[in-house]
Amino acid sequence: MESGIRRTIDWVDGRTGFETALRNFLSEEIPGSAGWAQVFGSVALFLFLTQAITGVLLAFNYAPTPGEAYESLLFIVRKVAAGKMIHGLHHWGASLMIIVVFIHMAQVFIYGAYKRPREATWIAGSILLLLTLAFGLTGYLLPWDNRAYWGTMVTTRIISSVPVVGSSLLRLIGAAEGIGVLTFARFYALHTMLLPAASVTLIAIHVYLVRRHGITPRPFEPKLTQRFYPRQAFRDVVAIFATFAILFAAAALLEVPLERLADPTDTSYVPRPEWYFLFLFQLLKLFQGAMEPIGTVVLPTIAVLALFAIPFVDRTRLERSRGRVLAAALVVLVFAIWGTLTAAAVLTSPPGSPPLLTAAPAAAWAQLPAEQIAGLGYFHSAHCDTCHNLLAGEPKPGPNLITSEVHHARPWLIQHFNNPSLVLPSTKVAPMHFSLPQLNALSLFIENLTPDSASKLDDIPMNVIQGAQTYVVSACGSCHKVNGAGGGIGPPLNGIADRRSKQWVKAHFLAPQKLSPESIMPPYHFSSAEENAILVYLFALPE
Amino acid sequence: MSDAESTRQTGLNIKRRQFLNGIVWGLGSLIFGALSGSAGAYLLAGAGKEHREEWTDAGDLPELRPGVPQEITFEQSRVDGWKVRNEKASAWVVLDNNGSLAAFSPLCTHLGCAYQWSAQQKQFSCPCHGSKFSVTGAVISGPAARSLDRYPTKLEGSRVWLGPVQVSRASD
Repeated sequence: MESGIRRTIDWVDGRTGFETALRNFLSEEIPGSAGWAQVFGSVALFLFLTQAITGVLLAFNYAPTPGEAYESLLFIVRKVAAGKMIHGLHHWGASLMIIVVFIHMAQVFIYGAYKRPREATWIAGSILLLLTLAFGLTGYLLPWDNRAYWGTMVTTRIISSVPVVGSSLLRLIGAAEGIGVLTFARFYALHTMLLPAASVTLIAIHVYLVRRHGITPRPFEPKLTQRFYPRQAFRDVVAIFATFAILFAAAALLEVPLERLADPTDTSYVPRPEWYFLFLFQLLKLFQGAMEPIGTVVLPTIAVLALFAIPFVDRTRLERSRGRVLAAALVVLVFAIWGTLTAAAVLTSPPGSPPLLTAAPAAAWAQLPAEQIAGLGYFHSAHCDTCHNLLAGEPKPGPNLITSEVHHARPWLIQHFNNPSLVLPSTKVAPMHFSLPQLNALSLFIENLTPDSASKLDDIPMNVIQGAQTYVVSACGSCHKVNGAGGGIGPPLNGIADRRSKQWVKAHFLAPQKLSPESIMPPYHFSSAEENAILVYLFALPE
Repeated sequence: MSDAESTRQTGLNIKRRQFLNGIVWGLGSLIFGALSGSAGAYLLAGAGKEHREEWTDAGDLPELRPGVPQEITFEQSRVDGWKVRNEKASAWVVLDNNGSLAAFSPLCTHLGCAYQWSAQQKQFSCPCHGSKFSVTGAVISGPAARSLDRYPTKLEGSRVWLGPVQVSRASD
């Protein structure tokens, strides 16, 4: 058996040289001083591969067009097995990637590993950093939720403020006419095609250069005294495993922030960039009016140029750079400035809306048809409970509506509400003055009473009942479905909380065609109490 | 390379070397397992199928003579990924001599081509690979191995309702 495997490996190696190449790769000679500080490049490479794998998996279930993108993402997260895990790995992996890349850079900088002859390695790495940030920026739009839309809005405005070429850049990313299908398609193509291809190429160059020049030894370190395998490989794998454990735990335990469907009319939305761009956001606040381009363009450009220039500015020879105290101090300073700006941005941010995915399971009553909830309201407002118990209670003159053996059909019930003495000569109940939809709702409520449904009625909030009543008297159910009941002309209203903001729905009541030109819905002018109640009701509906 | 040689090159004794080796492969396999397990579930388990044993209103039943099938088209809603879409569907409906109704799925059980009714030969024939089916849906000649798949049917007044397609078994 073992010799069979050996023979197969030898056969393949004889034709391809793969095994020899792998052996050579693993037995690379490295300085004896190499240790835990040198693991971060490997960790970054691992995270890149994880992002690639989870990215491809997401693309298998994802529709890259605005609107559909959001629906398909909800599908991935809520319906597809392990979809939440894959999405979580990709989302948190991006953040971890940024962290690891910066640690890697700080290590390289402090150790002076960018110096002659490793300038090209440093430059390739710096371009990889920019690509990583570009991944973050383009990926941010792809969920097409409010966060994505408004965050990208700010990004495109910053791009348009670049002197001279701003409007051309804007055209290039398809945002000249605002954020739309073109912007989306370009961000998607950048995120899934151009950036990965560019990254793979640069990673290959970067790793080749690292191999060519070897890991940077300490000053005066005489010679290469250990091999990459197994000791350094062990450290790399342990670090990779620790990173993966954190990533896996984050994906399993944390909710990925996903907000409502992107809503260009939601003027109440306060966008915030991803955490690693917060410092730029805060920086902008320092430069206002005509000075603004300093924060949006000039300073970031200087920072990037400075990054590339480092190996050419610091030309001290490696041997003399003892201690590198200054370098370490510089890193601390940069992180301190970054941390201060980020902290300031966090402190001034309004608390974000709670992520949708964590939405509490809908209350039991939310599954009931609107008529039954409204009917409960009419039951109380007509004081039916003076004569009738629903489930239990002090004996009352009329029959208990759930336990009673007698069940009347709807015509009898409506007669009983309209003109009680006609069907029950002995009764002293006064006629009620309800409209037909109200009578229907009350009848439906009575007809569908069961011990089970009655148990759901206890904890319905008052404004939900009022909202359901507004829904019933406005005959919303002639065109819309709620919990499967109602007309099919308009869209079903379940899950509207995920799709629309209250702001949008309010505006839609007043002038439906303004927001959905195809709609045949008439305008509704509710009193503010009615409007609040129906919004509370609609936004409480389960998905 | 031999153990002695690797010990010389790495300065590690065999036990230590084996330990490091084990950790590298062990942790690597754990990561690989977690990733490929998630990916496997994601790709293969798919979305929890919502069981929709729903009946579809396929419209008014056409005038049928016993033994003469007719194709009817209707609208059906289907869960398609993140969408529920209404799409056109069709069925071949036929009355047998006892007056009971059968409805066949319009796809040949061989490789899914749409078959047609041949009035002269009084059989269904598939244009792709030549399978023939009798008016009861049974295979007359191959390559199809299964008789035609059926919709459960029920009549409400003059309207015919079709249930989800029942796949026929090879021996049918």
